[in-house]
Amino acid sequence: MAIANGAIRLEHVTKRYAKVVALDDLSLSVEHGVFGFLGPNGAGKTTAVKILLGLTRPTSGSGSLAGAAFGSKASLGRIGYLPELFRYQSWLTAREVLALHCELAAIPGARWPSEIDRILATVGLADRGTSRVGTFSKGMQQRLGLGVALLDDPAVVLLDEPTSALDPVGRHDVREIIRGLREKGTVVFLNSHLLSEVEQVCDAVAIVDRGKVVAQGDLAKLLGTSSLRVRATGISREARAAMARFGELDDGADGAIVIKGIDRERIPELVGAVVASGARVYAVEPQHESLEERFLSLLGQ
Amino acid sequence: MNVRSVLVVARQVVNEAGRRRLLLALVLLTVVVIALTVWGVSRVDDLRNAGQPLSDAQKKTIVSQLLILVMFMFSWVLSLAAVFVASPAISGELESGIALAVLARPIARAEYVLGKWLGLIALVVAYGVAAAVIELVAVQTVSGYQPPHPFEFLGFVVGEGIVILTFSLMLSTRVAGMVGGVIAAILFGIAWMGGIVGGVGAAFNNATITHVGTATKLILPTDGLWRGAVWSLEPSIVIAAQQQAGPAVAANPFFAAEAPPAAYVIWAVAWIAAMLALAIWSFRSREI
Repeated sequence: MAIANGAIRLEHVTKRYAKVVALDDLSLSVEHGVFGFLGPNGAGKTTAVKILLGLTRPTSGSGSLAGAAFGSKASLGRIGYLPELFRYQSWLTAREVLALHCELAAIPGARWPSEIDRILATVGLADRGTSRVGTFSKGMQQRLGLGVALLDDPAVVLLDEPTSALDPVGRHDVREIIRGLREKGTVVFLNSHLLSEVEQVCDAVAIVDRGKVVAQGDLAKLLGTSSLRVRATGISREARAAMARFGELDDGADGAIVIKGIDRERIPELVGAVVASGARVYAVEPQHESLEERFLSLLGQ
Repeated sequence: MNVRSVLVVARQVVNEAGRRRLLLALVLLTVVVIALTVWGVSRVDDLRNAGQPLSDAQKKTIVSQLLILVMFMFSWVLSLAAVFVASPAISGELESGIALAVLARPIARAEYVLGKWLGLIALVVAYGVAAAVIELVAVQTVSGYQPPHPFEFLGFVVGEGIVILTFSLMLSTRVAGMVGGVIAAILFGIAWMGGIVGGVGAAFNNATITHVGTATKLILPTDGLWRGAVWSLEPSIVIAAQQQAGPAVAANPFFAAEAPPAAYVIWAVAWIAAMLALAIWSFRSREI
């Protein structure tokens, strides 16, 4: 579902706490799909989400969430949120926590039982609905938190490290839930430092470090930079110089040469040049940079 | 202002107190105290003065003083319980993270604070009124003594609880429950001492010390309301005896020669409203 003014918009948002700059001129726009907001611990990811929700005010900058001002009732009425620090009333049962949020979200009372049943089934807590939250493991509380965020099919769902307390089965379940949301047209904003998680479910990502976005765009494009491993013997200085015209050279551990950032269309040309220089070529292996490599190289800049 | 959101938050406060067995603990301990008082009051008939039974006036004075002492303890329990429950009411939910999911719903900060306040007031009023009424009825049944102004007494004691509750809730919007609780408890004690100091000033006709007492009564109107509660429980013979003794008894926190003036009651109500407004403003401007 399309939202007027975009699902998530941050324009030149800066947030300072005394001398610490948590966000530095952050601009983002998310219209649809699953957006990964990726960065190391302390990069400013949670601050960005809290600003979107109006829990914290930006020092400067503006924007909107679900087409309305940060923290406005119009905006908060259309979103779901799973906080990084997820805790729910330990003295209530899972059903009662969900009922409380149904009430706060002004969902008509007649729909609560069916909605709560649906949510409990979605997050895998169907058989624990009447248990007190105080008896839940951390993983179960995180599942409940995800359920709270999914109540009443919100237009935008903000998930802050949604699998931090989950086992591999739980992580798989969350990925499936996120894919299901994308199919429904829900916009998902996924805060994470887990690259594999982002790589598997996100359509687009922004990589943030020390409050600044260091790269942003479609995941495919961000990972589009390919590299080529060439294993050959008799490589002269001229041969290296010829290879360096195609990309940045790096020596692999096994004696191979890695040419980073090479245009795939130019691989035959490179092989021709290496052979012409007199070297004997044993293997030419195109490689994709993983998100982890890309992430580390971006943070290293 | 969405009344429904306010009531949802208020109901959660009451629900939590019930589920965490706070109400059960209060009820059990209160029953013990009331049983002890009833037993004590029932023994007054057995007291002898030089081998002679006490006169009705003497018995009435003793029972009224016993009642004031027990009610003093109740007022402290009520006020300190209000401090313990209100001080972490907001800060505790912020620290644990419970508030994050709630405040990300379409609920204004003012609605959240008001809901907490109303829920806490419901607890203080319910406990204060129930405990005091049972105690008064039990004492009357055993001794036949009925204090002259029971309804005013309820108003003053519950008012005292609401004052310290509102102050603790305001602190809870900014500081951790432990810190807010300590600050509120110390100020509550200082206000009580301030009342005694002011009485000493009146007894010795020292304007400066009297003003210190008056200032504390205005800054935190708990002790001023407590004096109203004492006055409500005193039979006319006790008041007459005090008036004969002159200003020297003004320092005694268990005597009050007269009811607080209406202006003071209005001040206490305005104080509560202002403190609540401060709590709302403080929480609205707080970064979470």
